[in-house]
Amino acid sequence: MALKTFGNKDTRSGFGEGLRLLGETNPDVVALCADLTGSLKMDAFQKNHPDRFFQIGIAEANMIGIAAGMTIGGKIPFTGTFANFSTSRVYDQIRQSVAYSRKNVKICASHAGLTLGEDGATHQVLEDIGMMRMLPNMTVVVPADYNQTLQATLAIAAWDGPVYLRFGRPSVPIFTPEDAVFQIGKADLLVHGTDVTIIACGHMVWKALEAQVQLADKGISAEVINMHTIKPLDTEAILSSVAKTGCVVTAEEHMMNGGLGDAVAQVLSKSSPAPQEFVAVNDTFGESGTPNELLKKYHLETTDIVQAAERVLARKN
Amino acid sequence: MADLQAIASQVRRDILRMVHAVSSGHPGGSLGCADLLTYLYNERLTLNASSFTMDALNEDLFFLSNGHISPVWYSVLARSGFFPVEELATFRKISSRLQGHPSVDKNLPGIRMASGSLGQGLSVAIGAATTKKMQGDDSMVYCLMGDGELQEGQVWEAAMYAGSKKINNLIGIIDYNNRQIDGDVSDVMGIMPLSDKWTAFGWDVYHMDGHSFDSMREVFATVDSNKSNGMPKMIIMKTEMGKGVDFMMGTHKWHGSAPNDEQLATALAQLPETLGDY
Repeated sequence: MALKTFGNKDTRSGFGEGLRLLGETNPDVVALCADLTGSLKMDAFQKNHPDRFFQIGIAEANMIGIAAGMTIGGKIPFTGTFANFSTSRVYDQIRQSVAYSRKNVKICASHAGLTLGEDGATHQVLEDIGMMRMLPNMTVVVPADYNQTLQATLAIAAWDGPVYLRFGRPSVPIFTPEDAVFQIGKADLLVHGTDVTIIACGHMVWKALEAQVQLADKGISAEVINMHTIKPLDTEAILSSVAKTGCVVTAEEHMMNGGLGDAVAQVLSKSSPAPQEFVAVNDTFGESGTPNELLKKYHLETTDIVQAAERVLARKN
Repeated sequence: MADLQAIASQVRRDILRMVHAVSSGHPGGSLGCADLLTYLYNERLTLNASSFTMDALNEDLFFLSNGHISPVWYSVLARSGFFPVEELATFRKISSRLQGHPSVDKNLPGIRMASGSLGQGLSVAIGAATTKKMQGDDSMVYCLMGDGELQEGQVWEAAMYAGSKKINNLIGIIDYNNRQIDGDVSDVMGIMPLSDKWTAFGWDVYHMDGHSFDSMREVFATVDSNKSNGMPKMIIMKTEMGKGVDFMMGTHKWHGSAPNDEQLATALAQLPETLGDY
């Protein structure tokens, strides 16, 4: 079975297009950037709404604080920079001025994970999902492709409260329909299966779909879930799928510690323990290389998901 | 016009009794800023204490960046009608709205941003001031910072931004008492030349005596008259940590420690009860 796509595009461009549309439809939306307007694809919003675009310069802590303050009076600030500078660099600012203070700030982060590529480990944050999901009041959204990132950008503007939106740099297949409804906290069940559940987020969802095809060729029926919202987590989707399949593989372009896999494991261990395998980076920093070289070296390829599924199936009985 | 001296005396009593009751908190800087907050909330700020809203359209906004001096803020807010004065007795106690450091988590009227982790308030104030501009709301945004707090890098990110982008509806105030937890600011990590730094960052700088209401009236009147110069304003306010209690002045010792029973009695004897203790 061939997988259907609508071409390839980077998820950050989905964010840029979503922000452009918000500029037209929601006068309360303002955007802030720390000297990465082009990389974040915020140019259109900047051009169309110069009065609502704020160039902060290379000062991410100040950007988060200003965004938090802008909410007082009803603005909906979208901050944009690389994922590392959106999270680990400004964790305390987010913690105190955004999450603890319940400010309606949308922290939008591009170049997440290994697929940033050649810049290397200083820029390849692999801990951000973990850091953000640990914060009370924070919502964490990791869309899978261009169309979904666009829809997620629109959805977080309408969501009341702090949000972390994570997307990336490389061009990846578009597989969600343009008009698909995006609901924060409601997972997408992409493929029904009976032997193993694969739960993925971000760039790894497409690879999960590819793995499902390869597993089908081996006579293994995999269910594929796009867990685009890490928090609040769709526990019902996890539990009902694993009740059927009895085992699970999680796949994420993130550290094994603290990410989607941990979140899923917590749900399962509390109410219905099941064997789980983790496709994720195992307690190491990244390095320079092309995105595909890095995904191969750090075991985030389609074949890694296939092998994880076979391992977890072997543990099931 | 309210008798500011009388109010400030009561605020100082509140501060001492609050920190004494829980044997914790920060009396020194609170006492030092008692006159400023008394002036701001009773004479300067345009506010609506009886119906607090987070968005505060057409109201002045005050942010306390050095959140550890929460006792003075809580006392002044309560004495200004934001919440019942009796609630001061819950300061730092379990389930209180009066957290050790200010928070919005428990919906205490008068507070719009958590603070305590230092260096963040000025950025927040810039954001709030920017929203006011966008909305055509010409009220002002105030931000009080400690002098030791200026050692935080984020303050200078904010200083650069506000000067460069001409955030002219913003008034910063530095509590310049030259004391921080480990000693004199000038010994721990010097911040001088203070005035020149802010001037160099594009701010219009003023000096004020933080224990003279006449000085406050005079300086703020000058600030108002210079409103149209397009610059953010910074007031360097000279204060004495522990002001009003003889044994708490001239030292950093009372930055973050509370008086015992005997010390409280000695301190309260120096401060007339003017509005009734809570």
